[in-house]
Amino acid sequence: MIDKVQTLWPEIALFVTTCVVMVLGLSRDRSTRRLVGVVSGLGLAAALVLALVTSPQLAGPLPALAAYGKAVIAAIGLLLLLLAAGTVDRDYEASVARGEPFDPLKGNRAEFASFFLFSLTGLMLCVSATDLIWLFLALELTSLPTYVMVAISSKRSRSLEAGVKYFFLGALGAAIFLYGFVMLYGSTGTTSLTGIQAALGHQLAAEGGLNTLATLGLVLSVLGLCFKIAAVPMHFYTADVYQGAAATVSAFLAFVPKTAGFIAIMLICAAAGWRFGDSGHDLPDSLAATLSVIAVLTMTVGNVLALLQTSIKRILAYSSIAHSGYMLVGIVAGPGPSDGGGGGFFTNGLAAVLFYLLCYGVMNVGAFAVVAALERRKSDGSIEEVESVNDLFGLCQTRPVFGWIMVLCALGLAGIPPLLGFWAKLPLFTSGISSGHIGLVIVLGLNSAIAAYYYLRLAGPPYLEKPDPLAGIGAGGGTIEETPYASRVLAGLLSAAGVVILVAALPRLMEASKQAAVHMPGTVQASPGSKAAMVAPRADEPRP
Amino acid sequence: MTLLLLILTPIIFGLTIPLIPKERVKLWAMVGTLIPVAWYVFAAFNFTWSQGHEDSYVWQYDWVPSLGLQVSLAVDTVSMLLIGLTVLLGPIVILGSFTAVTERMKTYFAWLLILQGAMTGVFAARDLILFYVFFEFTLIPMFVLISLYGSTNRKKAAIKFFLYTFTGSIIALAGLVYVAWFNYANVTPGVLTFDFGSLRAAANAMPASAQAWVFGALMLGFAVKVPLFPVHTWLPLAHTEAPTAGSVVLAGVLLKLGTYGIYRFVLEMTPLAAWQFAGPVAVLAVVGILYAGLICWVQTDVKKLVAYSSVSHLGFCVLGMFAFTSIGLSGSVLYMINHGLSTGALFLLIGMVYERYHTRQLKELGGLGAKMPMWSTFMVFFAMASIGLPGLNGFVSEFMCLLGTFQSGRLGPWYAAAAGTGMIVGAIYMLYMLGRVVWGPLVEPAGHGHGGGHGGGHRGGHDDHHGAHPDALPADLTKREIAVLAPLAAACIFLGVYPTPILRALEGSTRGLAGHVERAQTRGPALPAATRTPPEEEILKQSRQQPSMSDQPVRGGARGGGQGQTGGGR
Repeated sequence: MIDKVQTLWPEIALFVTTCVVMVLGLSRDRSTRRLVGVVSGLGLAAALVLALVTSPQLAGPLPALAAYGKAVIAAIGLLLLLLAAGTVDRDYEASVARGEPFDPLKGNRAEFASFFLFSLTGLMLCVSATDLIWLFLALELTSLPTYVMVAISSKRSRSLEAGVKYFFLGALGAAIFLYGFVMLYGSTGTTSLTGIQAALGHQLAAEGGLNTLATLGLVLSVLGLCFKIAAVPMHFYTADVYQGAAATVSAFLAFVPKTAGFIAIMLICAAAGWRFGDSGHDLPDSLAATLSVIAVLTMTVGNVLALLQTSIKRILAYSSIAHSGYMLVGIVAGPGPSDGGGGGFFTNGLAAVLFYLLCYGVMNVGAFAVVAALERRKSDGSIEEVESVNDLFGLCQTRPVFGWIMVLCALGLAGIPPLLGFWAKLPLFTSGISSGHIGLVIVLGLNSAIAAYYYLRLAGPPYLEKPDPLAGIGAGGGTIEETPYASRVLAGLLSAAGVVILVAALPRLMEASKQAAVHMPGTVQASPGSKAAMVAPRADEPRP
Repeated sequence: MTLLLLILTPIIFGLTIPLIPKERVKLWAMVGTLIPVAWYVFAAFNFTWSQGHEDSYVWQYDWVPSLGLQVSLAVDTVSMLLIGLTVLLGPIVILGSFTAVTERMKTYFAWLLILQGAMTGVFAARDLILFYVFFEFTLIPMFVLISLYGSTNRKKAAIKFFLYTFTGSIIALAGLVYVAWFNYANVTPGVLTFDFGSLRAAANAMPASAQAWVFGALMLGFAVKVPLFPVHTWLPLAHTEAPTAGSVVLAGVLLKLGTYGIYRFVLEMTPLAAWQFAGPVAVLAVVGILYAGLICWVQTDVKKLVAYSSVSHLGFCVLGMFAFTSIGLSGSVLYMINHGLSTGALFLLIGMVYERYHTRQLKELGGLGAKMPMWSTFMVFFAMASIGLPGLNGFVSEFMCLLGTFQSGRLGPWYAAAAGTGMIVGAIYMLYMLGRVVWGPLVEPAGHGHGGGHGGGHRGGHDDHHGAHPDALPADLTKREIAVLAPLAAACIFLGVYPTPILRALEGSTRGLAGHVERAQTRGPALPAATRTPPEEEILKQSRQQPSMSDQPVRGGARGGGQGQTGGGR
C-alpha cells in the first residue's frame, strides 16, 4: 500500500491543492477568492516537480510512463490554467464589486477551479493505472468534472446544451468501455493489467489466438474509449460541445480527455500486446483491424468536415478529431522491436504518440488562446466570444500579438516544417512504416495535405488579409476588444513560443518520450510488494 | 561553413528587415543578396568542378540521434551549379522589384530573402529530412508572395500551388522514411540515419518491388514540382498570378527543386525502378512538351503563355534525364540552368511591360518595338534563347537532351522524334507572340497612349491613372532594368557559345550516374517481391549476396554499404 502511495505524490499534491482551492473560492473576501488561480498554479507546479523527481516504475505493461506522462500533464495543465482565467464568474464578480453581497452559492469560481484540478488529478491517476478498476475510476474522475465545466463555462444556454450532450454521450461511452473491461475480466479472471497481459499470452500460446470474450472485451474497451479521444464513430459530440463551451474549456477538452483516452488505449493495447498476427508484431487481428479502420475514418472525417466550417472553434474541434486519427496510427504501429538498438524512438509508435500529445497540447492552447483573448462587445454591453474566421482577418496588423500566435499555432498544427507539428508527425511516419502499416501512413500523409487547406484558412487571413469591417454583422455587430485577462494572452504567447522553441529541445524530448514508452512484453511474475500486481492466474482460477 | 553562410545570410537579412527604416530596405535587401554572390564566387573558385560525385564543403551536426537526423550540408557539381543559379537570381530579382512593389515593401523583400535561403538549403542538404524541411519550407514564402502581391486571382493560385505541392511532397516523405527504415532494419541493422550517402547504398539494395513503390512515392512528390503532365495544373495559375519577382523565382529555381530531386534522389536511389518506368515517364514528358506547347499557341495572356512554355521546356529536361545517357543527363542539368536564365528573363520583361501598361493581354499590346526598342531587343533575344536558337544557351541543352534520348538504350529515336516536334511548336508560339507584341502596328491599351506609363501598384486589375506621376517609368527601359537583364543576357550568350567548362564539369557526375543506372539494370530484378514483413534473416542474406553500391568514390568517410563491384553474382 505504501509503495503504491509513493507513486502518487503528484496526484496527492494536486488533490490537496484542490481541497484548498475549493475553500478559498468560497471566501467572502475578494482577495482570498483571487488566490484561487495562484494556488492552483502553485499546486500544478508542485505536481510537475514531484512528477519529475519522484516517479518510480509502475508494475504495469508500460512501467516508465509515469514521469513523462505526469510532467507533460502538469505542464500543459499550467498552460490551460493560465488560459482559463476569468472563465466563470466574470459578471458575478463585477456585480459583487458594485456592492452586491457575495453569496457563495451563486459563485462558480471554486467549483470550476476545483473541477479543473480534479480532472487533471484523474488524468494523472490514469497514467499511474495498473488495474482496470483503477483505470476506470481515473477515467471517470477525468471526465465527470469536464461535464460540469462545459455546462458552467458560459452563461449562454449553448453551454448548458453542450454540457448535457457531452454528459449523456460520455456516459454512453463510459458504459461501453466499462462493458469491455468487464468482458476482459471475464475472459482473464483478473483486473490487473499485467495479469491480463499474462493471461492473454496464455491464450495465444494455448489456442493460437484470443478467445471471443477477450476479443470482444478489447474491441469494446477501445470503442468506448474512442469517445474520449473523439474518434469516429464516437465523434459526433465534438463540434457542438467545443462550440458551446467557452474557448478556454474547449482547449481543456481538446487535451485532457484526449490524453486520458490515449493513455487508456495504450494501456489496454499494451495488455493485449503487439505479439499477434502473421508477423508476430501486431495487435490481435480484430483489435488491429478495428483500430486501423477507426484511424482511417477518423482522420478522413475530421479533415473533410473541417473544410466546411466557418467557426474557428468548430474547425479546431474537427481538427482535434483528425489529430486523434493521426495518433491512432502510432498506436497501431506499436512499440516496435524491444531489442533496443539505436533506433528505439524511430520504431516506437507509443513514443510517437506520447510526443505528439505534448506537441499537440502546446499548439492547441495557442490556437484556442486567440479565440479566448478576443471578445466582441455588443451594443447592449454584453460580451460574446469571437467565433467566425472572418474575425481573424488582418489580425497581424490590428493586434500583432494575437495574429502571430494564431499564425504560428495554425501552421504548427498543419505540420509545416520547421515548426513543431512536423517533428511531431515525423515519428508517426517512421513508426508506421517501420511496423509495416504503409497504407495507414499514406492515408496519414494525404490527410495532412487535406488539413493544410483549413489550417491555411486560419493562418493565412491574420497575415494576408485586411481587417474586415463587416465581419461582425452575422454575430449581431459590435466591436472586437481584447480580453481583460492578461494571463490568456500569456498562455498564447507561451504556446506560440513553444511551437518554435521546443524544436530546439527535440532531442531531449524525443529521448524522454522513448524512455516513457518502454513496453514490457509480458512478464509472468509481477514485481513483488505492489498490491495491484498479481501473479498471473489461469482463467479458471478464482480471483483472490 | 560556406554552405551554412550561403543559406543563413539571406535568411538573417530577411528576418531583420522589420527593424530597418523604410528608405533603406531596398539597400538592405540588395546587400543581403550580394553577399551570397560574393561568397559563392569565392567558393566556386576553390571548388573542384570536375570532381564527379565527391562532396565538398561538408558541414555536419548531429541533431536528433533518436531519429537519426543530422544537419548535414554538402555540395557536388550539380548542387553547386544550381546554388549558383539561385544566388545569381537573388539580386536580379530584388533589383527588378524596386518599382513593382510600393505597399508592404518590407514584407515583400523579407520573404524574398528568406525564400532564397530556403532554396539554397534544398540544394545543399545531404540529410533527407533536412532536404524535405527546406523543400517544404519554400512553400511558405511563395504562398505569402503570391497571396499578397499577385494579380486578381492570387488567392486561388496561392492555395492551389500550396496544396498541390504539399500533397505530393508528403507522399515523397513517406518514400524517404521507407528507405531510412529499410536501411535501419536490413542493411546496417541498428544504425539509424537519414544521411544521403548511406541511404543511397541502402536503397539500391532494396528488392525491385520496394524500389518501385519508393520510386512512385518520390516521383509523385517531384513530378508535381517539376511539373510533369498531368500534375502540372497548378503552374499556369501560380505563375500568372504571382508578382514578377515571384514568377521569376518560381520558374527559375523552384521548378528546379523538382528536377534536382529526381536527379539526386530518384535516379540515385531507385535506378532499377527508374529504368523500368522510364518509358511511361518519358511518355508523360513528351505529352507535356506537345500538349503545353499547343496550349501556348492559343494563349491570349503573355504571362500565361510563358508559364505554359515552362511546362513544355521542363518536359525536355525530364526526357533527357530518363534517357540515362551521360549526354542526356548533362543536357538535362544544363537545361535547368538555361531555363532559369531565359524564362526568368522573359518573366522580368513581361513584368516591365505590365508596370507600364497594366495589361498582359496580347489583344491590347502590339508593335511595341517602335516605342520600346531596348525592351524589344531583350525580348527577342530571350525568346530566341527559349526557343533554342543555335548560338544561345537553349540550343545546347535542348539538343543534348534530344541527342541523349535518341542514343539512349532505354528510350530511343521515337521519343526524340516526338519531342523534336515540340521544338517546332515552341518556335511557333514564341514567334507568334513576338510577332504580335514586338512588330506590327502599335497597339496600346486605352488610356496609356501618351508617353510613359507608371510603375507601382501591385494589386491586379487594370487601373486608369491620369497624368504623369513624378516617378513615372519612361517608355523604354531604365538603367536599373537594363542592369537586371544584362547579366542574364551575358550568361545566355556565354553558355550558348562556350558551354564547354560547365559540360566538362558535369561529365564526371553524369557519367557516374548513367553508369550507376546501367549497372542497376544489368543486375536485373534483384529479388522477388517482398512480402509485407519478410523474415529479417532472409532479407539480410539476399542483400548480402547483391552488390549494394556502385563503384563511385564513397562520400566523406565510408558509411555502411559494401565496396563497389560491377555485375554481382547471386
